Amino acid sequence: MTARQRSVAFLVLVLLVLGAGTAYALGDLHRSREQLSRPPTVPSRESAIAPGGPYLAFRHTGLDSEYGVVALVPLADPAGPRTFTGADCDRVDATRDHASCLVSERGVVTDFEARTLGADWQVEGTAPLPGLPSRTRLSPDGSLVATTSFVAGHSYLSDGFSTATVIRELGGRSYGNLEKFALEVDGSATVPRDRNVWGVTFLDDTTFYATVATGGTTYLARGDLEARTLSTVATGVECPSLSPDGTRVAFKQAGRPGGRPGWTPAVLDLATGARLVLDGESRNVDDQLEWLDEDTLLYGLPRDDEAGVTDVWSLGVAAGAEPVLLVEQAWSPAVVR
Amino acid sequence: MAALEGPGRAPGEARSGSSTFTRRGVRLYLSLRDRPGTSTEPREARRPPVGRVVVTLGVVSLLTDISSESVASILPLYLTAVVGLSPAAFGLVDGLYQGISALVRVVSGWGSDRTGHPKWVAMAGYGLSFVARIFLLFAGGLAAISSVLAVDRIGKGIRTAPRDAMISAAADPAHLGRAFGVHRSLDTVGAAIGPLLAALILWAIPDGYGTVLVTSLCFAFLGVALLGLLVPSGTGARTPAQAPVPEFRWREVSTPSLRRLLVVAGVLGLLTVGDGFLYLVLLDSTEFDPRWFPVLYVGTNVAYLALAVPLGRLADRVGRTRVLVLGHLALAAAYLCAALPLLGAATAVVTLALLGTFYAATDGVLAAVAGRVVPAHLRASGIATAQTVVVVARMLASVGFGLLWFALGPTVAMLALGAVLAAVVPAALAALGRLDEPAPA
Repeated sequence: MTARQRSVAFLVLVLLVLGAGTAYALGDLHRSREQLSRPPTVPSRESAIAPGGPYLAFRHTGLDSEYGVVALVPLADPAGPRTFTGADCDRVDATRDHASCLVSERGVVTDFEARTLGADWQVEGTAPLPGLPSRTRLSPDGSLVATTSFVAGHSYLSDGFSTATVIRELGGRSYGNLEKFALEVDGSATVPRDRNVWGVTFLDDTTFYATVATGGTTYLARGDLEARTLSTVATGVECPSLSPDGTRVAFKQAGRPGGRPGWTPAVLDLATGARLVLDGESRNVDDQLEWLDEDTLLYGLPRDDEAGVTDVWSLGVAAGAEPVLLVEQAWSPAVVR
Repeated sequence: MAALEGPGRAPGEARSGSSTFTRRGVRLYLSLRDRPGTSTEPREARRPPVGRVVVTLGVVSLLTDISSESVASILPLYLTAVVGLSPAAFGLVDGLYQGISALVRVVSGWGSDRTGHPKWVAMAGYGLSFVARIFLLFAGGLAAISSVLAVDRIGKGIRTAPRDAMISAAADPAHLGRAFGVHRSLDTVGAAIGPLLAALILWAIPDGYGTVLVTSLCFAFLGVALLGLLVPSGTGARTPAQAPVPEFRWREVSTPSLRRLLVVAGVLGLLTVGDGFLYLVLLDSTEFDPRWFPVLYVGTNVAYLALAVPLGRLADRVGRTRVLVLGHLALAAAYLCAALPLLGAATAVVTLALLGTFYAATDGVLAAVAGRVVPAHLRASGIATAQTVVVVARMLASVGFGLLWFALGPTVAMLALGAVLAAVVPAALAALGRLDEPAPA
């Protein structure tokens, strides 16, 4: 080919590729518009769920007009019709009177926000988040909220990642970033600069547990909000979640059966240090587990065959227990007792 | 704050990270033209300082960077919102990829010299990244996405050295610094357009991740096509007069000049820590809102874009090794500036400008020097070796600095590093001397 023919060939390719790309984009736009106007395929109902009884709040992930909206189902009938609250949340935790809701407001620069919602699911207050939402938990009485987000979420590919975990009083003061708390590793005070804290779970309004990573090790740490301290109590525990009676911690343990990458659910007895790895679940569970009751855990898992759609599964706390699908098209479950 | 232990930018690689501005793009194009006022040297009348091949290679990099950075900027959102993974999973494996990429680079540099066809080796690298993007459309799980990204990195490792060898071969020896400056600027423009394009698509189609991936694929394809069709196969290829390279002979590559360059670049690399640390110190010392973290990358890129061509030209005029070594003074100044926030609100801006200046003075210039201190038929090997030495030295620096940070705290560690770096610069200057004299006019 002559240089001129080559130039022409390239121009033709540019036009073809741009044409094909534009056609795909228009098709995708059409699909997106249609999808976002489609009614949910799962049963739903307009009326509020029965007051008084325990219920489950979660992010609805059906590819429809309610995508990303928090929905509620009574625990007595988790697969039954869900009630949509109208609140958009990436991650949600709830008590009877309040909810914590982490959102990404997408734009040319994506904004991240931690919102507190009232019993009517209307926004009561907001605080900015430094990056992509990761975890949120309310204290049992709903007076404190913990949020974990990724920092530099746009650039972790080149420079590693980091998380920011903050505890605030609802509508009140902030305890600040937990990295600033005094850290005791194995009983001795340390001031490592490379520390990372994530995944808070509250015992009460003073004591909480969280993951602390420093020097390449992840620890379960017990935190004290009054003393502003974090003291490690165990290693290899990520994203702890206290059982309702406060005696055990459910967490994700690095690694999966067969040496595959990812995390496996596990439970640690705080008094005895005994660990139960729930490897009846062999899929990659990358979530902060939630206790349905004293014997059952909940978590979200993405579907393999449908991008963006997730389901909430339950798993008994017993050796060899197998996961059971609890709520389809759901994510970030929060049990309200 | 977590340790951001990623190594600094690898020389010759696209500005990794996030969005940038494009406003310097216009000016850049102007500087590509051979302005009448500058053609006083007889050389320039014969041959434009920055030829068509260099600009074409720059546009290839621009297209490829639109492709890779558009995906990189949405990846965290895509992973969490669609795939349901946490970005943490990726931080773990990225260091490994960086290492693989550095090793692959040496092999491809040698392969490029061995075959005598840098263009086809570069094509293989660009092609591999293109193929990885096809698979990204279908990759679902963590393992699949990690593998695809690993292949993409390998492609990046393969293409860099032969491409720089082609730039080195195609450019007028007297204007080599400027040629690399033009190439790196175009590359950075692509890294700026990518994230903006991705944001635009997601604004129009809120769940349009598929469109972003397809768009990325389109640009990757156009980059490969442009290289294949419009870069002459003979660029940097072995001439019949040159002896074929039967096997990798380190003795031939390792000229005394290259060895000196490697030692000096290696020592300076050992004092160059990842940008992440610098940003962390800034966040620590200036109460900077972490939400602006991505903007820090933009600031560095703006400075890089503005200065790559002027500093390349300066290097051509006053000596490339001088600019290469003295550029590290800008880095030392950036360390001091970040650690001692004497300038108040301007601290961040000045630090970023200094960091951008450092990259502009060293990134393209290193390749320009390395390609000229080895025999022409071993150019890709020479460039690849120099770049790999720098990458590895910077990785070690980041690990070492992590320990120093732990022991001394960020401010003292950064000040100490800046002081040592500034002290080493005169010695480095003396050691390199006029290794790479501007070619006689």
